[in-house]
Amino acid sequence: MDLSWMAWTWPTALFFVTIALLIASMGVWEYYSPGGGARYGVLRIETTRGDRLFISLLGSAFIHLAWLGLIGPNLWWALAISFAYALCVFRWV
Amino acid sequence: MEKTWNNKAWFMVLPVLLLVAFSAVIPLMTVVNYSVQDTFGNNQFFWAGTEWYKQILASERFHEALWRNLLFSFIVLAIEIPLGIVIALAMPRKGWTVSLCLVLMALPLLIPWNVVGTIWQVFGRVDIGLLGHTMEALGFDYNYTQDPLDAWITVVLIDVWHWTSLVALLCYAGLVAIPEAYYQAAQIDGASRWAVFRYIQLPKMNRVLLIAVLLRFMDSFMIYTEPFVVTGGGPGNSTTFLSIDLVKMAIGQFDLGPAAAMSIIYFLIILLFSWIFYTVMTNAGQDRK
Repeated sequence: MDLSWMAWTWPTALFFVTIALLIASMGVWEYYSPGGGARYGVLRIETTRGDRLFISLLGSAFIHLAWLGLIGPNLWWALAISFAYALCVFRWV
Repeated sequence: MEKTWNNKAWFMVLPVLLLVAFSAVIPLMTVVNYSVQDTFGNNQFFWAGTEWYKQILASERFHEALWRNLLFSFIVLAIEIPLGIVIALAMPRKGWTVSLCLVLMALPLLIPWNVVGTIWQVFGRVDIGLLGHTMEALGFDYNYTQDPLDAWITVVLIDVWHWTSLVALLCYAGLVAIPEAYYQAAQIDGASRWAVFRYIQLPKMNRVLLIAVLLRFMDSFMIYTEPFVVTGGGPGNSTTFLSIDLVKMAIGQFDLGPAAAMSIIYFLIILLFSWIFYTVMTNAGQDRK
């Protein structure tokens, strides 16, 4: 199957594989601990683990965009901040 | 009793997942791939990294189109949602007029976007259009091709004309689903018309209003055809919304890399707003634990 029209690159492939692995690991987590882990966090809204992953990924995208727009093209710090942000989301949201 | 969790039912959504993968996920992946590369056609790509994102984020043109789009969405939501509720409240609940009303309300929704644009293009013309001619006869210097404010008013009017009935129909569906017992209880308590609306009808319309707000926001934020047909994004760039700008960049200029980066940023903004609306409206009025 010719997928050249999709213009794949290694970094983008790695990005999507990471997202797919994250979603798959959520599935495994759900299998061993069913129910989604619903709770009320600091935002005072009910969130499940899936919601928290979504908030983490969406927030991380904006962290990267903000870093790129305001600071510069070196995104490793943005990635580090995103990890810290995701940990906070999973812990407190 | 302990609740039984059975996740096998999730396999039932596999066909939808496959469909969404082909119609949305794979195209989205392709756009991400394009956004980090440059191409001159013929399937030849060159790595550009985050260059296009940097360019779009710093682009005055993008900022202006984004603010224009946000303002447009805010204006149409501020008009269409209250107007839709008022129309739904005024619509009859029984008799032959119900069908007549429903058909009349559904008519604008059945007209294709480009036809709506063409209708209003003619309607607004000063020489042959009813609206343009009437405005001129009333002494207004109305010309949507020359004046940015007139162009904006026309585009907002088009959207309100085209889509308010969707909000009204959704609200109407929410209203007719309210059991009669609620109204009887309110009558016994001597509730005013406002109290009935505030404490019975509005909370019961919460879900349909969520759908209406989400649909109208996403649709108005992605508006393309009507302003493209009527104003072509002008006069100047006054009605150049994000989608019009995006098409100009991708197809007009064949700048696929920057256009892909802009698409991703555009998509993320829509996703953020939709999530905020969804979260606020699904949690409104719920007891906090």
